[in-house]
Amino acid sequence: MANSGAGVLRVVEREATVYRRLWRASVFSSFVTPVLFLAGIGVGLGGLVDERAGRVQGLSYLVFVTPGLLAGTAMQVGAGGSLWQIMAGTKWMRFFHGIVATPVTATGVYGGYLIWLAVRTAMSCAAFLLVAAVLGGVPSWWAVLALPAAVLTAAAFAAPLCAFSATQETDLSFPLVIRLGVTPLFLFSATFFPLAQLPSWLRPAAWVSPLWHGVELCRAATTGRAALGGGPARLVVHVVVLVVLIACGAAWGTRTFTRRLAQ
Amino acid sequence: MTDLGGALVEGQGLTKRFGSFTAVAGIDFTVERGKTFGFLGPNGAGKTTVMRMIGCVSPVSEGSLRVLGMDTARDGARIRGRLGVVPQMDTLDSELTVWDNLLVYGRYFGLPRSVIRPRAEELLEFVQLTDRRNDRVDPLSGGMKRRLTIARALINEPDLLLLDEPTTGLDPQARHLVWERLWRLKAQGVTQVLTTHYMDEAEQLCDRLVIMDRGRIVAEGSPQELIAQHASREVVEFRFEDRAVQDAAVAAAGEAGLAGGSVDRGVGGAGSGRVESVGDRVVVYTDNGERAAEAMAGRGVRAASVLVRRATLEDVFLTLTGRTLED
Ligand SMILES: Nc1ncnc2c1ncn2[C@@H]1O[C@H](COP(=O)(O)OP(=O)(O)OP(=O)(O)O)[C@@H](O)[C@H]1O
Ligand SMILES: [Mg+2]
Repeated sequence: MANSGAGVLRVVEREATVYRRLWRASVFSSFVTPVLFLAGIGVGLGGLVDERAGRVQGLSYLVFVTPGLLAGTAMQVGAGGSLWQIMAGTKWMRFFHGIVATPVTATGVYGGYLIWLAVRTAMSCAAFLLVAAVLGGVPSWWAVLALPAAVLTAAAFAAPLCAFSATQETDLSFPLVIRLGVTPLFLFSATFFPLAQLPSWLRPAAWVSPLWHGVELCRAATTGRAALGGGPARLVVHVVVLVVLIACGAAWGTRTFTRRLAQ
Repeated sequence: MTDLGGALVEGQGLTKRFGSFTAVAGIDFTVERGKTFGFLGPNGAGKTTVMRMIGCVSPVSEGSLRVLGMDTARDGARIRGRLGVVPQMDTLDSELTVWDNLLVYGRYFGLPRSVIRPRAEELLEFVQLTDRRNDRVDPLSGGMKRRLTIARALINEPDLLLLDEPTTGLDPQARHLVWERLWRLKAQGVTQVLTTHYMDEAEQLCDRLVIMDRGRIVAEGSPQELIAQHASREVVEFRFEDRAVQDAAVAAAGEAGLAGGSVDRGVGGAGSGRVESVGDRVVVYTDNGERAAEAMAGRGVRAASVLVRRATLEDVFLTLTGRTLED
């Protein structure tokens, strides 16, 4: 067990080595794009919203939308890194097969990769939070808690999606995951507008959106107002939902990675 | 190392099933410490499947398999820590440079960087890739990738080396280079398990080998033993351009008494006294090639070419696994 723990870290090291060479390519999707959203929607569109509608849930639009974009970024990093990159390791470049010929196990590969995605999420989200703070979108110091919330959100996507990707023989399903999963969630999880804007029959659907739980946590943190996440008890529920998703994903991923890499 | 009774790998009734298909059908074999052991066999015989089970990346379906004195089912990670693996299909990390491939791989074994670096330098030198160390792996030629894979397999100074077709795709120079290195490793006491389709390679490297066919072992022994048991001392190959002439030659060989030998394999020299007609050739297994050639000429057989040579492992292989490709 001590051994498999070390194996996980070796896989993280591998990812960090690759990242040192290729980080420029990912800076756009994981940092520049979210910041452009923040500037365009938070500041630009937000000015218009504030003028016409006054405040959103008692917040300026920029302050309202910042945690939404933050959790959305976490989802993008978590989900985006769990599809084609897994296929590269299992089928296209096959380097995962090289790793499991060493003391590192298939579970170690899976765990290490998830931890690496968590690290990347933390980096992207920290940078995003800094920029948002400079722009005036982060009124509270509680915002530091938004980082672990963002990491939880990313992992809630990455754990089951990596597990799923390891079962796939081709990448045909991946664009569907993005178009039918990630994009709609990004738009309708209280990211850009409160759930109250949705027709009342649709609102309960938010509960099945992992992103919504993440957004609520992030919003409570960046504004420092637990009430915005539904109150302290509701916040605990959000955390529990995300943790359960991660745990189920991990149980599944351990099986699918082992089946793929050690048959 | 604990008491292994000299056996580094021991398979008993070793079986591998994929669904209802049996890829390895209950084989017994023992690899002695310090020796080089070969698995030969036609495509699909089950060689890679056996190698993957020994490498503890593929669970055994039935039977037992002990490697380095440990059970592959229980101690997989510990066993893998002491193996060097050259898989048939490359698993190099094409997102990394040549150098980082070695460095990162060494880290999977838990080695400190200070240990890995000098080893990596030395190994790059050995496979003659020092000038490509900062290149990415992707643009390397197939043979260079193979050489890098071999270097990578040695980064943990393994006790047991698993080589699945290590020299396939290498040019002759590189092949001889690899052979030299494998001899040197053997001299250092590194046990090796090898698969290959090159019979000269098997003869050069293997102390013992088995020939597999459809998941079973059909012969076992040292290269010399196998040649003595399943082939003859010499082989004469007659090549023909005309089918009728070739058929006549087969008949002539029978009349000359060249086909009179026992076909009972397994008895010493039993391979001698056989005549086979394959493609545009008639192949005669005999103890005296010159005399057989003369006998045929005496019966008026006019071949386009006649070649007398010593029997090789290739003859054994073809005899035991069928000359032509089935299915
Ligand atoms: N993962 C798998 N799933 C199903 N069948 C498999 C799997 N791996 C191997 N096989 C089958 O097992 C048989 C043996 O394959 P194996 O790769 O061991 O042959 P081999 O002796 O190494 O052949 P080659 O000389 O072509 O490398 C083949 O029929 C192959 O199709
Ligand atoms: Mg093979």
